[in-house]
Amino acid sequence: MNHMMLATALSEPFRQPFVVRAMLVAVIAGALCGLLSVYITLRGMSYLGHGLSHSIFGGAAVSAAIGFNFFIGAGVWGLATGLAIGRVTKRRIIGSDAAIGVITTASFALGLVLKALFRRVNRSIDATLFGSILGVSRNDVFLVLGVAALTTVFVVSNYRPLLFLTFDPEVAEVSGVRNGLMDAGLMLTMSFAVLATMKVLGVTLIAATLVTPSVISRLLTNSFAPMLVLSTAIGAVGGGLGMYLSYFWDTPSGPTIVLVESAVFLAVFLGAGARGRRRLKGLATDHHGAQGTVGLAPAV
Amino acid sequence: MIDTLPAPSRPLVSLEGITVGYDGPAVLEHIHFSLNSGDFVGIVGPSGAGKTTMLRALLGSVTPRSGAVRRADDLRVGYVPQLETVNWNFPVTVSEVVLMSRHRIHRMPWRAKGEQQLVDDLLEKLGVGGLGKRHIRALSGGQQQRVFLARALMGDPHLLLLDEPTSGVDVRTRHEVLHLLSDLNMGGLAVALTTHDLNGIAAHLPKLVCVNTRITGEGTPTEVLTPLVLEQTYGAPMDVLDHMGVPMVVDRMARLRSA
Repeated sequence: MNHMMLATALSEPFRQPFVVRAMLVAVIAGALCGLLSVYITLRGMSYLGHGLSHSIFGGAAVSAAIGFNFFIGAGVWGLATGLAIGRVTKRRIIGSDAAIGVITTASFALGLVLKALFRRVNRSIDATLFGSILGVSRNDVFLVLGVAALTTVFVVSNYRPLLFLTFDPEVAEVSGVRNGLMDAGLMLTMSFAVLATMKVLGVTLIAATLVTPSVISRLLTNSFAPMLVLSTAIGAVGGGLGMYLSYFWDTPSGPTIVLVESAVFLAVFLGAGARGRRRLKGLATDHHGAQGTVGLAPAV
Repeated sequence: MIDTLPAPSRPLVSLEGITVGYDGPAVLEHIHFSLNSGDFVGIVGPSGAGKTTMLRALLGSVTPRSGAVRRADDLRVGYVPQLETVNWNFPVTVSEVVLMSRHRIHRMPWRAKGEQQLVDDLLEKLGVGGLGKRHIRALSGGQQQRVFLARALMGDPHLLLLDEPTSGVDVRTRHEVLHLLSDLNMGGLAVALTTHDLNGIAAHLPKLVCVNTRITGEGTPTEVLTPLVLEQTYGAPMDVLDHMGVPMVVDRMARLRSA
């Protein structure tokens, strides 16, 4: 009898259409972020992911304040921020980390101020700060599905140029890879991913889902293709399980998903041994120059 | 591997009076140099002399401040970077590295028909057969050099550029790499490499270019490895001895100290 009650209690979320919808979105959002996280960490763009999500929050707040379409406004804002960071970094006005820090934090601060000033802004973007199980609509399912499909097509159809660019940008460029185009594609898919998943994951925590799955998968494999598959799978499981637990614990979905992924990381890290842990040395190291840019080291 | 090479009389790449610099002063000044079909050239000079920058100019990855770089139409260039610049912690296997340069032919993650055989055959030819599934770090220095050579050759180049291919490898590997490059050159591939190893590599190449911001000498080892040219290049007095017809460079100060 107790087993029956337990099974009934555990399966309860699956009988609630809004929870099923939220879990579906969380699984796809987790997988999407997991896939992109491989490129983000290996290219030393982790901080850019963090900055981009904060920046998009500012764009969302401005859109809400002026009554403009949320996704278009926040998307354009995010892209403009990404381009501004790239321009400032390329011209070597200031370092890329400083550029990301200044530009995206200012954008996030603007969002918080607008949220405090306007009740309309407060209502519409409150859920985007930490993510909410209640905030997922039917349209969000289609949006996340669309962005995930677009990202998958981009990554699969450009697998080798992207791998070449990620591993060795200078040689990739002279070997015919269109680095600028590939970088723009990555930036665009990353912006879309942040935009589409912010209601579930929350802007303050998206950065973790854009990093943690690839760090876990790097502990498990030494090969690029399996790392992409593992990272995507870890992101999907983390998203689904986190959303499921957030229903029971009545906690915001974003932090719960991040906690699940962090717990997986801890378990894998402890189980990987010294050999596995050594693999992490290659991550989050900007080996080829400025973050997210193709930098030529002035070797003579 | 090589097909439809540009006509032998036409240079593959020409540097026409180029001056190159990064943020500070010029690294290369007024460089006139041409690479032709069938060339096997060593670019020598001290650290900071502009060897790598000259290679990058030939490669087309730096834009000169003045002058021009002319390249033959449809020229394909293979590039082997310095091993020290490779991210050895990157999660990538030998096969994945070699297949990168086929991105124009096949962009997808999976292998095209016959592609795996192509990789296996090339690795076998270069003496690293059976290592395709290994992580790049799990190889010796000589094997790592050959893997990056395989990546460059997989792109079916007309010209092969190598940055310090023998830096940090043992004497045996150095000889093996040199012989391998010589065989490729005999097969019609133009080869240019940078090296600071005057006796181990440079003296065995058919043509040398001495660089120290400007070109200080160009010709066969016997023409270039002279005390005058070496002093202009390295800024220190050097003697050249004859060892069975091969010039041997000796640091004069070290020679006097040991005498």
